Order: sequence, then structure tokens, then C-alpha cells
Amino acid sequence: MKIDRRGFLKIGGLGILGVAAKPVIDVVSKVKLAEASAKKRVLVEKRLAMVVNLKNCKEGCTDCIDACHRLHNVPNITNPKDEVKWIWTESYENAFPDQEHRFIGGGMKGSPAILLCNHCDNPSCVRVCPTKATFKRKDGIVMMDYHRCIGCRFCMAACPYGSRSFNWRDPRPFIKKINPDFPTRTKGVVEKCNFCEERLAKGLIPACVESCKNKALVFGNVEDPNSEIREILRSNYTIRRKPGLGTGPQIYYIV
Amino acid sequence: MNNRGMIIAGIIIFLCMITFPIWYNVVGGKAAYTPEFKIVSKEKQCVESTKYMRAKHMQLLNDWRNSVVRDGKRTYTALDGKKYDMSLSNTCLNCHSNKADFCDKCHNYVEVTPTCWNCHVVPEGNKL
Amino acid sequence: MFEKALIGSKKYWGLVIGLLAIMGVGAIFYLQQWNYGLGITGMSRDVSWGLYIAQFTFLVGVAASAVMVVLPYYLHNYKAFGRITILGEFVAVASVIMCLVFIIADLGQPTRALNIVLYPTPSSILFWDMIVLNGYLLLNILIGWNVLASERKSVPPPAWVKPLIYISIPWAVSIHTVTAFIYAGLPGRGFWLTAIMAPRFLASAFAGGPALLILLSLILRKFTKFDPGKDAIQNLGKIVAYAMSINVFFILLEIFTVFYSQIPEHMHHFEYIFAGLGEHGKLVPWMWTSVTLAVLSLILLINPVTRRREGILALACVIVFFSLWIEKGFVLVVTGFIPSPLGRVFEYSPTVPEIFITLGVWAMGFLILAVLYKIAVAVKEEIET
Repeated sequence: MKIDRRGFLKIGGLGILGVAAKPVIDVVSKVKLAEASAKKRVLVEKRLAMVVNLKNCKEGCTDCIDACHRLHNVPNITNPKDEVKWIWTESYENAFPDQEHRFIGGGMKGSPAILLCNHCDNPSCVRVCPTKATFKRKDGIVMMDYHRCIGCRFCMAACPYGSRSFNWRDPRPFIKKINPDFPTRTKGVVEKCNFCEERLAKGLIPACVESCKNKALVFGNVEDPNSEIREILRSNYTIRRKPGLGTGPQIYYIV
Repeated sequence: MNNRGMIIAGIIIFLCMITFPIWYNVVGGKAAYTPEFKIVSKEKQCVESTKYMRAKHMQLLNDWRNSVVRDGKRTYTALDGKKYDMSLSNTCLNCHSNKADFCDKCHNYVEVTPTCWNCHVVPEGNKL
Repeated sequence: MFEKALIGSKKYWGLVIGLLAIMGVGAIFYLQQWNYGLGITGMSRDVSWGLYIAQFTFLVGVAASAVMVVLPYYLHNYKAFGRITILGEFVAVASVIMCLVFIIADLGQPTRALNIVLYPTPSSILFWDMIVLNGYLLLNILIGWNVLASERKSVPPPAWVKPLIYISIPWAVSIHTVTAFIYAGLPGRGFWLTAIMAPRFLASAFAGGPALLILLSLILRKFTKFDPGKDAIQNLGKIVAYAMSINVFFILLEIFTVFYSQIPEHMHHFEYIFAGLGEHGKLVPWMWTSVTLAVLSLILLINPVTRRREGILALACVIVFFSLWIEKGFVLVVTGFIPSPLGRVFEYSPTVPEIFITLGVWAMGFLILAVLYKIAVAVKEEIET
């Protein structure tokens, strides 16, 4: 078979089109999936979510952070370069940059907001992970499989909320007292909040929610119209972090 | 083939080198040590038969970990119908309370270094 | 043919030993990284990719050297490139291997690297990058080696090589496109979220790859009996001139969109590299150096009087290569993380171990290139005598 130049250009063009089209088709089909799942959502039995009531959150209180980090063996590395955190505070303006303005009132200006993994409906970290080490469970929890993570940190680049930490070094020396009921992590893997998946399995609520004396944190199934969290979402105006990015964050904030 | 002598000499040297451990034992007159098996356990029966555990414990642990982490299923039903919580630190090491004897002895002998303990915690009181 | 790499002058062996020594130093530092973890580098929670991934990104561009000689020669029957296609293909081989090694060097758990293959995940761009890079590597090894082997025997290359050559051309486009998609599809990273990321990668690759090829051709002509030909070098020079112009044009397009729309999430990154944010401005001198060099290179390349003088052309190519290295091999990756999604400006600079590991990988790439070029040149010299 002899291919002349014109014939080849045709074939080559098709080839380029094929290679270029594949990721596009992936994305388009994802969009359709997202729409379809939005319609199908009534069929989902469970969609775990959290409401953070910043009005009830007391400045200076670190109960939820301590409870979480102690329970999950999160190392206390003070150097911001290597630091690891699952739940932490950040100023309101940095947490909600698109809501920031000169006259923010209600005492919110500069006041701390509790941040954690948003357990997104459409998580970009899950989309980019090359090994499915991070994945979304049926109940909506975005989980990490530390056994499978290769430490490429694509998920950290993809997370628009800064919710992910990498173990730049062995975390064990930085854990004051190791909780024997939960594994630590090893150097070279990414970690983040797991919505206390291990406690939910035993019928307990997340440690941060349990530890909060001021009822600033409410956890529940938003697919259940009779749940406490739905009642709070009904009776309060809530906002989410960077909703315009289409990730569908599942941490709702009362400000 | 004017290099025949060199090639044959090379092959002989290579064979001597890879069979060195055998010669070393023959000349030394004693075989290398074999580890003493010392299975310490509170219960009489492991989750599966000893023969199965000896051959397949790594696969079983892999299956457990995938089941717990990825599917959220934490209960293991053994062949005899008994149910167990799938947990390395809590179920396995609860019975086999001496990791040094139970895990490390064999693993050291066969020169494998499973990375379990980089993350999973050896319960307190368990002799390391 | 490989035996040709084992017979060489003192200079050749000096080069080989020198490169091996640098690799050795890199390896020692890598051992340190292996034991301590990636915390030994300057990367941080905020800037989670650094020099390694930036080198990988830049070197994907260098790999384009092959397609820019293969395409005119095989599709347009442009004979002058016939002598140097092999040089382009071997640069592609060396740079793709470096890309893969840089990715491995960047992994937190390198022993689990094969998980990408064991748990294939088509939604991840990294999965596709693994496929296109390995495919491109294989194509260039097969094509380069077989064409050279048949050239040595003065017979036409086997028929099955032809389709591979044709496939390699769109495949070359795919490696830049897919690598650009790693960045261009992430929500919340305004610096990268731009549809012309892939065209920018192509433009800079088609400038950087041939620029290196010109330099290598000139070096070969000086130190060996092999002459790549004046025409080939001049026409590569034109390709570099066009590609570099388009590359600069694309960057200006980005700057327009970002600064005219005034969207802060996109603008802050550009402010960081051109002016600095507050007291943070580590990248500012680098970026202005890159800009100045780019402008200078365009003056030298577009003006036919300067471009036609080989000495100046060589200088222009060095300038192009270095300008693109700053832009793609450092600034592009790091700035995506500064400021962070939480508005924090945490600066990055590589550490000593990180720099030496990087140099080690570069030395490895040059060693592969030196060996491959030695073979190619020896074969060409053999034919000519």
C-alpha cells in the first residue's frame, strides 16, 4: 500500500483528533453524569454532610481540632512547610475569598473559620488520582487509601480548598501520643479528613462534632428530609466555599 | 571463536559465585539456621486453619484491607461461619501478642520487609 | 551497532566519566531523599510540586525536536533534514527518559509507581501521560534504531517502520497536549486554567527542541567528521524563529486576558511573577530575565542577517533554550501554587539535594544522548568513508 501525502494527512488528522478528543469526551460524559446524578439524587439513600455554624464557634477554642488530630494520629509539625492538618482554622477572608469585601460585618472580619475536607459531590481530587487511591464512597465520603497512594500529589494540585496534606517526612516523631486504635501514616503519602469513617462504622458521630461544646458543628445525612442537618439547612441561610468551581462542597457554613 | 577460553572461564566464575552460599555451607559443615516456630496465641483457633494462614495470610490481609478501606465492609466471615472484625492491630495482634516472635522471626528469615508497621500501630504491651 | 559506543576518543570517555560522576553525586542525594522523604526538597504543603515536575514539563517540550525534523523530511520530502532526523529522534529518546525519571524522583512512594498500571484510571491525565510518554519513547527508539541500522547497510528501512514514523508525528503532538492537560484542567488554579496551555506547550516545544538540536548539530560538526549540513541548520533556525514568535504571542494573549478581565484569582499569580506580592518576589528577577532573553532571541532570530550567521544563531539558540527553561522548567509549575487557594504566599526555592538530584537526572539524559549520538555519528562516518 502506498500512502500519498494527502492520504496521510487525512489519516494523521483523524489520529490527532482521536487523541485530542478522548479527554474531551471524558469531561463531557462527566458533565452529563453530574447532571444525571443530580436528577437521580432522590434515589441516593445517603449523602453525608456537615454544617459549620461560625456564629457558635468560639474564638481561641481548639476542641474540635485537638479531638480530631489526637484521634487520627495527625502529627503536630509546626514548620508550615511540612505541616499536616485535617481540620484547622483560617481567617474568614481567606476561607471565602469570593465573599470578601471592605465592610464585612457581624464580627466576621478576620475571625477564624473552621476548615476541613469538603467531601465534594464532584471531587476534582478523585478525578485526577492516577491510581484510585482517593475515591468517593456511596455515602459521599471522599476517602484515601493510604496503601495505594503513590505520592504524586496531583490531588493536592487539584483541590481548590487546600484540604490535603502530604507527608514530607516520617510523621511518627511528631505525634505526642499515638492512638493505638488508628493507624499513623507513612512518609510519602497524601492525607486528609475522612469524616471519621471509622467512627461512623461503629455508629458514632465524627469526633470534631462530638467534641464541640457549643454545637457549632452538625453532621448528618442530607438525603434524609427529617434529619437535624436538613432542619438546620431549612431554617438558616448557608454558604459554601467556592461554589462556582462546580465541585459541590458538602460543608455548609452559617455566618 | 577465538575468545572461547575467556567465555568458558567467565561462565565458571559466574556459576561459582551464584552457588557460593551452598559451597559455604558444605565447607563450613553446617546449614544456615532455620527459625524456631513459636506461635503465641490466646485463642486455640485462628480465623482460618493454620495451614491456610501459613500459606495465604498475606492475601487474606490484602483482602481485609481492601474490604475495609475501599468497600467499608469490616466483618469477616470465616469458613466455619464465625465472624471477626477485620483489623490487623486489634484482631490479629490481640491474639498474637508477640509481634517479634510471630511476625518478625519468619519475615527476617525469608528477608521480606512488609511495610504494615510503618503505619499500623503495634498495641501497647506487645513486645516489639 | 552498540559496540560503536564502546570505542571512542579520550574526549568521549572523559565526557562519559564526567557525566557518570555527576550521576553518582545525584544518586547519593537521592538515597538521602529515599530515607528522609521528599521533605528534603524545598517543596511544601502549599507549593507541592517543584523543580522535578517543572523539569519533566520542560523536557516534554525538548522531546519535540524529533517531530520538527521528521515532519518536513517524511511528509514534505525535505531532503536536507534527512541527515539529522536521527539526531532529533535520539534527543527525543533521551529527554523522554529524563521525563520519566523526574516523575519517579518526585513520587513520595516510588516503589508503588506501578500502581498506575495495576489500577488504570482513565479519568486521570497522569494515566494518559504515562501512556503517551512511554509510547513516544518506544516509537522513537524503534524508528531511530531501525532507520540507522538500515542506513548502515545501505538498504531502505523495513516497510513496517514507515507507518510508525507517520504515527510518531501526531503522537508528538499528543505528549505536549496531554502534559498541558495535567495543568489546564484543575479548578481553583487560576494560573493554569487556560485553554491555550496546550498550544503554548506546543509552541515552546517547537522552539526549544529545535534550538537544542541546532546546538547539538554545531557541536557534532566541530568535534566529529559528521556534517549535518548548512541548509538543515538554517532551516531549523527558521523553525525556532517562528515557534518562538508564536510562543511569545501566546504569553501576551494570556497577559491580556488576565489583566484586562481583572479577575483576582488569575491576576495574583501574574502579579507574583512580574512584580511580586508584598515582600515576596523570589521569581521576579527570573521572570524578567526570561522575558528579556525571549525578546533578545526574537531580535536575533527574526532578522535574517543575524540568523544567517551561525555564531549568532547558536547564541540565539542558547538564549531561547535558557529563556524557555526559566519559563517552563521553573516558573510555570511553581507559580500555579503561589498564592495558594487559601490566599497564602509561601515561596519556593529548591534545596541543595534537590538541585543535585536534578543535575544527576540531566547528566543521565546527556549520557544517554552522548552514547546514542556516538553510535549515530560512528555509523554516518563509516558510510561516508
